[in-house]
Amino acid sequence: MQPSRSLSSSRFRPCFAFSLCLGAVPALAEGAQSTPSILAPASTPAHEIYGLSLFVLLITGSIFAVVAGLLAYVVVRFRARGPDAEHEPPQIYGSIRVELAWTVIPVLIVVVLFLTTARIIFAIQDAPEPKSALEVTVIGHQFWWEFRYPKFNIVTANELHIPASTLLAPEPTYLRLLSADVDHSFWVPQLAGKTDLIPNHPNEMWLDPHEPGLYVGQCAQFCGIEHAKMLIRVYVDTPQQFDAWAKNQQRLAVHDSTAAAGKQVFETQACVNCHTIVGTPAHGTFGPDLTHLMSRATIAAGAAANTPDNLRAWIHDPGTFKPGAQMPAMQLSDQQTDEVVAYLSTLH
Amino acid sequence: MADQTLPIPGSLTATPSRGAAFLEWLHGWVVTVDHKKLGILYVVYAIFFLLVAGAEALAMRIQLAIPNNHFLSPEFYNEMFTMHGTTMVFLVGMPILFGFANYLVPLMIGARDMAFPRLNAFSFWLTAFGGLMLYFSFIGGFGLYGMGSAPDVGWWAYAPLTAKAFSPGHNTDYWALSLIVMGFGTLGTAINIIATILSMRCRGMTLFRMPLFAWLMLVVSGMTLITITPLTAAQIMLLIDRYLGGHFFDTQAGGSAVVWMHFFWIFGHPEVYVLVLPAFAIANEIIPVFSRKAIFGYPAMVAASIGIAFVSLTVWAHHMFTVGMTSVGNAFFALSTMMVGIPTGIKIFNWVATMWGGKIRFATPMLFATAFVLQFLAAGLTGIMLSVAPWDWQLHNSYFVIAHFHYVLVGAIVFCIFAAIYYWYPKATGHMLSEKLGKWHFWLFLIGFHVTFDTMHFVGILGMPRSIYTYEADRGWNTLNMIISMGGMFQAVAVLIFAWNLVDSYLHGKEAGNDPWDAWTLEWSTPSPPPAYNFATDPEVRSRRPLWDIKHPNDPDWKYEQ
Repeated sequence: MQPSRSLSSSRFRPCFAFSLCLGAVPALAEGAQSTPSILAPASTPAHEIYGLSLFVLLITGSIFAVVAGLLAYVVVRFRARGPDAEHEPPQIYGSIRVELAWTVIPVLIVVVLFLTTARIIFAIQDAPEPKSALEVTVIGHQFWWEFRYPKFNIVTANELHIPASTLLAPEPTYLRLLSADVDHSFWVPQLAGKTDLIPNHPNEMWLDPHEPGLYVGQCAQFCGIEHAKMLIRVYVDTPQQFDAWAKNQQRLAVHDSTAAAGKQVFETQACVNCHTIVGTPAHGTFGPDLTHLMSRATIAAGAAANTPDNLRAWIHDPGTFKPGAQMPAMQLSDQQTDEVVAYLSTLH
Repeated sequence: MADQTLPIPGSLTATPSRGAAFLEWLHGWVVTVDHKKLGILYVVYAIFFLLVAGAEALAMRIQLAIPNNHFLSPEFYNEMFTMHGTTMVFLVGMPILFGFANYLVPLMIGARDMAFPRLNAFSFWLTAFGGLMLYFSFIGGFGLYGMGSAPDVGWWAYAPLTAKAFSPGHNTDYWALSLIVMGFGTLGTAINIIATILSMRCRGMTLFRMPLFAWLMLVVSGMTLITITPLTAAQIMLLIDRYLGGHFFDTQAGGSAVVWMHFFWIFGHPEVYVLVLPAFAIANEIIPVFSRKAIFGYPAMVAASIGIAFVSLTVWAHHMFTVGMTSVGNAFFALSTMMVGIPTGIKIFNWVATMWGGKIRFATPMLFATAFVLQFLAAGLTGIMLSVAPWDWQLHNSYFVIAHFHYVLVGAIVFCIFAAIYYWYPKATGHMLSEKLGKWHFWLFLIGFHVTFDTMHFVGILGMPRSIYTYEADRGWNTLNMIISMGGMFQAVAVLIFAWNLVDSYLHGKEAGNDPWDAWTLEWSTPSPPPAYNFATDPEVRSRRPLWDIKHPNDPDWKYEQ
């Protein structure tokens, strides 16, 4: 739903036609979606990179046109043909002047490219963090994302909610990137370039999306068997939406007496070893926090929609969606599974 | 120094039976120390693994042709891309290029063998057994059941995924051990090539009269000595971590995952140049011969090669723009990477200038070499795009990167390998490869290559990361992935035609004669195939193109060269 709007509103409007031929053709063929395309930037770092990339593309494209054109000319013009083909052509061994020319020109091009590149590196990487920034700690796990909001005391998983940042009320989000196990990489192309999550090596990146909406991405550093199903969903909310969401996340888990049986099963089985449900004895930290599971659209790091059927299938055997996921098949009876699903379905 | 193969004692006295004759033939190949036979062994070994790794690539492309496909399990897919990468670099690229060096360097510099023939044989068999050990992991590891447990950590094998905790079993050990074994083989060959070039050149062949092929092999061998070392060191550290309680890369105990990356890429990036410089070496021989002109700017080509070698040792961390280096670090590696483009550009310009004013004959070797120049140009330019660190934050680990390095590894290196085989096959076997099949091979492969790898750039720009065994249907990647997979099929057909051509032409190919291409370097003065001793009398040269001098006694090169 984002790309066309963000493209046309971008400050690179003259390049719109160009990016259209690059990116939008297949997108049109398969219907408009929220896209992980880098040609639809929706946040300052992504915008700056996009602008730089067009500049670099212009330079490299021109070089390609010139040299490939020369090569094509040579291939056509100097092809052996006719009765004269037997005689050897004049032998030319080289020319220092020509060599100098095609050394100096590339040097100048490199200087220009490097200076523009360096400017953007420093602009993005060394941007000072404003006081108004929201800080979120992102922890990569095999094969899901944990999001912690220290200021709000919120812990959630796989679906990141951040407020839109406007010119009048800038509220960029600063992500502190950690890993619980192996290397991962946080990549939501519309919002920023990727940055790796490396154990023992905290990293940082920032985003300031202007338009509310859903932005998708996924882990971009191979992290094991289910690396492909380590998806990211970033919800950019209006300030009101974000406040409402945060308020809900801060509450203890909903206590619904109709789901007491499922709660009982959950708390007496191994579930509590890995999952936390705030306000209950479940304090595990190996798996995603389930306190407000029903506020999320997907389960298993985006591998399936959050529906009761999918939940049931997942608890019965996580291998259904994600063979190799760390959660074991829980070996519950059908009745127990139904009860646990009923319980989880109350966790709004 | 000449061929030291001896017949099996006793076999001379009576006419051997068919079986005995076969055994003797086989024995001759196994105990050979002849640089030409070892060269052929390297090339045959590499072509076999080219087919294997190609099949692995096809399996991946079938899996990715449609979203949420179940053709391969996630585990098997991960094994496929790990083995594809490792195989293509260590069992195809390195052996085939060292095979060419083995076969051609002594012939080109007028020597009768390599400096250390036994070391040469030892190096080959280390490489061969290393490769077999790597593939044994499919049936070794946990044992003979199921799919075995081939390495599945990626050919870059980032820590700490390779730690015992995350990679139990023995597949990672197979990976590390076989790379160590092959690494020693590679070092032996590199030392051998350096010694051969420095000490065995024939009379009159000064360093600056060597064919550029020999120059580039000298540079590559020097680079190999520098780059294989950190890889071997890192593998040993990894094994210490896994078995002796070390903590080099064990992040749970304070080790560093980033240190592995540095070790790996200080090997891994120069490695790309170790692979691509021999491709340049091949182009440097083929382009002049088929353009009927001397190479343009020989000294500049030598200087550019040495320049590439030095600069390529300073660029490794451009694989690490996303790991959180300082902004100054990122800027440094962006600059050093862009600077590689300068000597590389010089090479491309010199090739075009060599063709300029020539009379270009488009036989199959030249077709591949011309496509190489174009594709290497494009690969270099996407390389410049990736060196722009902020853009790399987007493109890193996406299919754009896959497209870029396949443009180098296939579009440049494999195209040159094919060119070289079409060019030197007549010398090694005495038979020409079929031009008709060669043209089919070229055009099908060219089309398949572009369908696959051009398209990969776009799917990368649309945000598809590498190393994923499947993808969501709603990302806008479906059509493009289907196209990429189709292109893979074209390439497969082309490679099968090529394999058939190799076999069929060996049996029925036209007689080649000594010098089928009317070429200028010393190897073409020998019979095809050359005798074990190469040259009946020691050659003497007065210029870079000794055969040109013989063919044009009134207008020899040495009158003009400085």
